Amino acid sequence: MTIALDRARTTRWLQEYGVYAAVVALLLFNIAFTANFLSVGNFRTQLVQAAPVCIVALGMALVIGTEGVDLSVGATMALAASLIPLYLGAGPAPAIAMALLAGLLAGTFNGFLVAYLGIQPIVATLALLVGGRGLALVIANGQLVQLHDPAFLALGTEDVLGVPVGVLVAGVLAVLVALLVGRTTFGRALVAVGGNRAAGVLAGLPVRRVLLGVYALCGVLAAVAGVLSTARLSASDPADIGLLMELSAITAVVVGGTPLTGGRVRILGTVMGVVLMQLVRATLIKHNLPDSTAQMVQAAIIVVAVYVARERSSR
Amino acid sequence: MTAQMTAPPETPAKPRRELVASVLQRQGAAIALVVVVAVAWLAFPRFGSPDNLRDLALQSSFLAVIALGMTFVIITGGIDLSVGSLYALGGVLAAYGSQWGFLAALLLPLLVCGAIGLVNGLLVARTGMAPFIVTLASLLFARGLLLAITDEGSTTYQIAPGSAFLELGRGTVFGFGYPVFIAAALCLLGGLVLRRTRFGQSVFATGGAEQSALLMGVPVARTKIAVYTLSGVLSGFAGALTASYLQSGVTVIGVGTELDAISVVVIGGTLLTGGAGTVLGTVMGVGLRNVIQNIINQIGTLDSNYQSVVSGAFLLVVVVLQRSLVRRR
Repeated sequence: MTIALDRARTTRWLQEYGVYAAVVALLLFNIAFTANFLSVGNFRTQLVQAAPVCIVALGMALVIGTEGVDLSVGATMALAASLIPLYLGAGPAPAIAMALLAGLLAGTFNGFLVAYLGIQPIVATLALLVGGRGLALVIANGQLVQLHDPAFLALGTEDVLGVPVGVLVAGVLAVLVALLVGRTTFGRALVAVGGNRAAGVLAGLPVRRVLLGVYALCGVLAAVAGVLSTARLSASDPADIGLLMELSAITAVVVGGTPLTGGRVRILGTVMGVVLMQLVRATLIKHNLPDSTAQMVQAAIIVVAVYVARERSSR
Repeated sequence: MTAQMTAPPETPAKPRRELVASVLQRQGAAIALVVVVAVAWLAFPRFGSPDNLRDLALQSSFLAVIALGMTFVIITGGIDLSVGSLYALGGVLAAYGSQWGFLAALLLPLLVCGAIGLVNGLLVARTGMAPFIVTLASLLFARGLLLAITDEGSTTYQIAPGSAFLELGRGTVFGFGYPVFIAAALCLLGGLVLRRTRFGQSVFATGGAEQSALLMGVPVARTKIAVYTLSGVLSGFAGALTASYLQSGVTVIGVGTELDAISVVVIGGTLLTGGAGTVLGTVMGVGLRNVIQNIINQIGTLDSNYQSVVSGAFLLVVVVLQRSLVRRR
């Protein structure tokens, strides 16, 4: 009896704090065994690499919180990237605005399909995943375009208060999204819709508008990640940018303890999920383990994380 | 419910709208395929040439084998994202195994990919984890395994010239490659299994209403394990066929193939919610996808990237139509 209780308690604890414990454990391991781990340069590199995934994962966490999923985030990044060289002639601000607008449109389109036509999120966003990158390549003529606008490229190279711009943007967005979920009516409605849609309807929540808003927001966040990645790469590369991003983002969200069944969004957990996956990858690379091992370890982590999280569905 | 979905009673009292809906749902891909083929035949003289038709059939055969497994999985209400990786892995394993002869080249991919499919099935059926996430993990795992076998993707195993295994992918009958006949036979067999066997009924029942199926004594867990294993085996086999055709285990294929497979299954009228679908529809979906791609290639001046735009738009139209025509549970 007590054993069963302990087991339930352990599972509960792992569900709540597993991702933090894993991050701390990995950090300690690296501090002890990895040469040059505790250097500012290393932390910068890790954070800069993790920033785009983090931004996309924030949007993904919201979508998953509504019991949905957005497979089109990588394609949306490509769309945003493909538009930048077209409008960069008018200056960085219009180019970024157009990229974000594309993300907004893509997300709204997904949201419309899900909320108003009642199409399953996985198929609705699959269509844009298949078509979106193709459209981006058509816009860009299938070419990689080098960018030379110094003001735009500064997004990928400059620091503000010693923090790279991309990391700063990711941090600010994480705080904003956390506030959105925790402190606003929209956030409450989002979680309620994910937990029990029918109840949401009966309670008079604007279920459709909430869903539309969530997918639109996810699209915009993906576009932000697309803009930042493009700036860092100093080239618009719609063929490669954000490839398999949907998988990284979903992984981070799930590892961070947000259940796929909806009704709960953990923003700090999601950010920690991104950090954890980045740390895992960095650790394996620094110890000269090849990419193949990294992918297999990543697969194992996903399975374990979801296995642990699964018992929460009995809530 | 399930019985209704699989064999709708043809009563004359049935409203016409519903009849139209059901025909479009089940035969939409076939009708679209006929139209598209007719247009292509009239508009492009080269479309109807024997060479082009042979190419078309051959290209379709690999995807058809993968989509066949996906059809089973989706009818049980699941999804298998690992097929693209398993397809690539199967090809590499076949080329790797071909140094020990025909049987090794054929069995190695089937066993390994089947085993990964089995693990997918066990995790989905026994732990209740979402199929989406389980197969996402095995997508990564299979890619990792592939990289591990090929020295991080830098080694491409060749199949020795003169190897008997090359016949499998390169042999022809009446000009048509063996893969075309193999794929046709597998799809025929798959269709029969789905419609005429107890296992097929279990597949429909599992996807139609899992709780009721359980109460009726349908072996839901075993059915799920079986369909994921089947999907793994078929993906590995498609990879082996491709390796034999290409004479080597190409490491970079199969990225995004899971999405192609899901698209053609959905276009073929199989509902992603499970409980309804046909193998014939899937075959039509494969044909439609590849004929459209062929037309875009024939036009020549069109950017080949339009292919994915058209595929995405088409998928969307089909899903929206399905949604508006078919009353769902």
